[in-house]
Amino acid sequence: MIKISSLAHVYDKGRRLKFPNWEIADMEQWLLLGASGCGKSTLLNIISGLLKPTEGEVLINGTDLYTLPARKLDRFRGRHVGIIFQRPHLIRSLDVLDNLELAAVMAGLPVDHERNLSLLAGLGIAGLAKNYPDELSQGQLQRISVARALVNKPDLLIADEPTSSLDDENANQVIRMLTTQTKDNGAALIIATHDQRVREHIAKTYLL
Amino acid sequence: MNTFKISSKNLVRNKLTTILNIILVAFGVGILSILLLAANQIGNTLEKNARGIDLVVGAKGSPLQLILSSIYHIDYPTGNIPAKDAYKLAHHPMVKRAVPLALGDNYNGYRIVGTDTSFTKLYSLSILKGNFWQKDLEVTIGSTVASESKLKIGDSFFGAHGLTGNGDIHKQHAYTVKGILKPQGNITDNLILTNIGSVYKMHEEKPEHSAHHAPLAEAKEINDKQITALLIQYKSPMSVILFPRMVNQSANMQAASPAMESARLFSLIGVGIDTLQWFAVFIMAIAALSIFISLYNAMKERKYDLALMRCLGASKSKLFFLVLLEGIMVTLIGACLGLLIGHAALEAIGSYQESSQAKLTGLTMVPQEIYLIWTGLLIGALASIIPAMQIYKVDIATTLTKDR
Repeated sequence: MIKISSLAHVYDKGRRLKFPNWEIADMEQWLLLGASGCGKSTLLNIISGLLKPTEGEVLINGTDLYTLPARKLDRFRGRHVGIIFQRPHLIRSLDVLDNLELAAVMAGLPVDHERNLSLLAGLGIAGLAKNYPDELSQGQLQRISVARALVNKPDLLIADEPTSSLDDENANQVIRMLTTQTKDNGAALIIATHDQRVREHIAKTYLL
Repeated sequence: MNTFKISSKNLVRNKLTTILNIILVAFGVGILSILLLAANQIGNTLEKNARGIDLVVGAKGSPLQLILSSIYHIDYPTGNIPAKDAYKLAHHPMVKRAVPLALGDNYNGYRIVGTDTSFTKLYSLSILKGNFWQKDLEVTIGSTVASESKLKIGDSFFGAHGLTGNGDIHKQHAYTVKGILKPQGNITDNLILTNIGSVYKMHEEKPEHSAHHAPLAEAKEINDKQITALLIQYKSPMSVILFPRMVNQSANMQAASPAMESARLFSLIGVGIDTLQWFAVFIMAIAALSIFISLYNAMKERKYDLALMRCLGASKSKLFFLVLLEGIMVTLIGACLGLLIGHAALEAIGSYQESSQAKLTGLTMVPQEIYLIWTGLLIGALASIIPAMQIYKVDIATTLTKDR
């Protein structure tokens, strides 16, 4: 269960943002909506443990993220939160399978080769396991980042505009896969978007 | 999948830069290792061959030349000294042992040295096969001479006048091989030893004249004649000051100290070694700079990778080590390659060398080479420490939200 309470962030330029309290139960799927510039990314960064808020707390399964020391926070994020970015970031010098393994290694978990392969198969890209990122399309790369976010069986999956750089077909596929795969893996899902194509798939919304 | 694999994959991805950096390090280390090995081997050879010899007495001329010709058998002798004077010096109370040398002939480039039994004691020679020479025209050959000239016991050969080449062969007398020495690891491996009488005999017009030498005792051999040099061992270190002065006062002899002349020789070639050394250090510095620049530039692109890895749960220190490891791997590979190059180059130089007396080889190691590897590692670490520090500045959230 994820819970944020009395969260506020003050930017370098002095602008102050307050975020409404939010509770996400296990395996719930939410949309994070809001006009651009209203702090969607900031909130996602705070929830995923990348950005320390000025006030308030973030609890993930009872752990208060920002009371953890930096090293433990990094590890906690690696193990419990999967993040999908607007642009798929993969390590170019490693092939697809190595990119998935990297997620486990960086989080200090054992590599589960079978699981990685079945994740790729579930996303319909099992044939790309030995390809390098430079050889793949945006849609394929985004699917791989979905797979990577799921490698460590996270409690929470966070996606920041995952479809904005994709065409309709790819966007639909990625959304469908995101929702079904997170369910299958028992994770909660937050998608920040202003993409209408996503709205059809998810009912719960949190508005900024 | 581990840090090592991530680093090496990234190095492979930037092949050209990696190769350039490795080559730079390899050249620096290579030159340094050649210098190290060569200086070590030359120093060893000089020291080993001069062991136990406190002073060399020979004809007036260059003292360095005297040392080179009579201890290392490299240069030409300075001339001859009267055997009578040498005999007097040899029996001086300050002298523990005096070894007479009569040089002037060679066989296929191996010098024929006329001497007496004190020579075998000075170098503590022992026989592998056969016997030491006893009569005129009998020789005992060094192990290298035996293996390379294929001479066996009982074989006979003609010496040639001069110290190299086969120009003027002494056809009237043939030497007979009586024995082969055990390998000594010093200059005696390359020498052909005989008695002084044999050398005289070679250079006399009338063969019958030499007949009266044979039955005489070794000490008498050197009467009325000339020899090339006298190797002297003192009884006490006190003689270092007095004895050479005494010798130098005589009209036609000079005394040269192997220790002093070797030091002088080293100071002469030292300038060249110093220059090369600085050159190698300069190359290493450029290598360090090149590694620094390439890592630093790559950080712009790698910022995303590193932010991503942070995002996936890696700590800052882990990524710091990751970048450091890349620099260290390049210099470690470079240093090992450099050592290989150094050894191979020295072996190649050795195989093209004419003089067998101071042959260089790449097949030996010196303990200092381990320092070269450590230096390489240190340079790698130093060059990558500033780029690696960038890790601590990367703001993951903003880096990953921005486009590449």
